[in-house]
Amino acid sequence: MNKKVIATTSLAGCFGCHMSLLDIDERILDLIELVEFNKSPIDDIKKFTKPVDIGIIEGGCCNSENVEILKYFRENCKILVSLGECAIMGGLPAMRNGISVEECLNEAYLNGPTVQENHEKIIPNDEELPIILDRVYTCHEVVKIDYFLPGCPPRADLIWNALYALVTENPMELPYEVVKFD
Amino acid sequence: MENTENKIKITLDGKTIYARKGSTIVEAARENGIYIPTLCHFEGADPKACCRICTVKINNRFMTSCTTPVSEGMEIENNTEEINDLRKSIVELLFVSGNHFCPTCEKSGNCELQALAYRFKMLVPRFPFSFPRKEVDASNPKIVKEQNRCILCKRCIKTIRDEEGRHYFAYKNRGQHLEVVLDPVLGADMPDELAKKAMENCPTGSILYKGKGFEQPIGTRKYDNQPIGSEIENQS
Ligand code: SF4
Ligand code: SF4
Ligand code: FES
Repeated sequence: MNKKVIATTSLAGCFGCHMSLLDIDERILDLIELVEFNKSPIDDIKKFTKPVDIGIIEGGCCNSENVEILKYFRENCKILVSLGECAIMGGLPAMRNGISVEECLNEAYLNGPTVQENHEKIIPNDEELPIILDRVYTCHEVVKIDYFLPGCPPRADLIWNALYALVTENPMELPYEVVKFD
Repeated sequence: MENTENKIKITLDGKTIYARKGSTIVEAARENGIYIPTLCHFEGADPKACCRICTVKINNRFMTSCTTPVSEGMEIENNTEEINDLRKSIVELLFVSGNHFCPTCEKSGNCELQALAYRFKMLVPRFPFSFPRKEVDASNPKIVKEQNRCILCKRCIKTIRDEEGRHYFAYKNRGQHLEVVLDPVLGADMPDELAKKAMENCPTGSILYKGKGFEQPIGTRKYDNQPIGSEIENQS
């Protein structure tokens, strides 16, 4: 059997979902028999080098770079999976939705209680920096997403069950105990 | 043999059951080990039918089962794909019309809204998020009123009163600006026990008792391993 090709990325997330993927423990040896990783922080491949079967997205979109990468994934992956609370519902980053960008930046760089030594009162504005979006967008608000696996982070068993089903083209079974929003 | 005197016969999902005269469909179902989900309805308070999660179909019409009394020969559809999807859509609507960030919520694991989402296998709401801007009122010494999570079910208004029957919680504003708020004057001297009860009676994390949080570890909370309603379905 040809190995399925998998890619992963972390957008506006904390890498907790990737950590949870590693929490499948020794089953990672089974996984590596079945799949090959392409673009992913796990192997540090920066650009897709071949068409991908399953793209796994952690985190939602909080800036222009997140949107670009998400679209890049959609173009190159047959199946896209939103992994975790931030990708699906916006998660912690989306707690800024409803507050204006100006207010957020002022709090982060000028007025916040932990701000130190910004005497010139600079809000970072280098043209190389991605542009902050008006609010955090969930992945399915930006591109079509095929599967959703909730959790903060998703339970390792949920990721394993779902990945195994996708890779072996079996129906996904999601037992009650493993589908949780926290 | 079951004593069927003073009872009336109804059918629920094709099964014949006996119900007390004067009971509502929700009560009759419960007494027969059948779960019909409820959110705004709370035992001990008059049902007001504002959330519609308990919707069933009677003679091809959608009705709320927390307010509809049983009548002889009634044929009720409850656990069907159509009705469960309708209930799921109500849960999804509640999720997108507030701001529910479960990982940061003290009620997570014990929350009825979240538990219904688990029961109906919501993986993502099908409706667009509205991310409304809502305030958190932490001015009371005992209680945090977290408006982002309030589903306006009124359970706190109906069940939390002082000895003279005065309500601690009340509606404020109208339409999309409607909020349930804690009376600042009455709330200032709220007894501890009542503040705890208010948190308990709220189906979501909109009323939090101050001073102690996240008491139970993940895996041991009410709905971690058993779906909401299983306590009714598993009774023998
Ligand atoms: S109230 Fe319930 S659904 Fe809302 S954030 Fe808290 S746990 Fe989640
Ligand atoms: S605070 Fe809780 S009990 Fe009161 S209306 Fe809101 S959700 Fe219902
Ligand atoms: S429980 Fe019946 S309408 Fe809310």
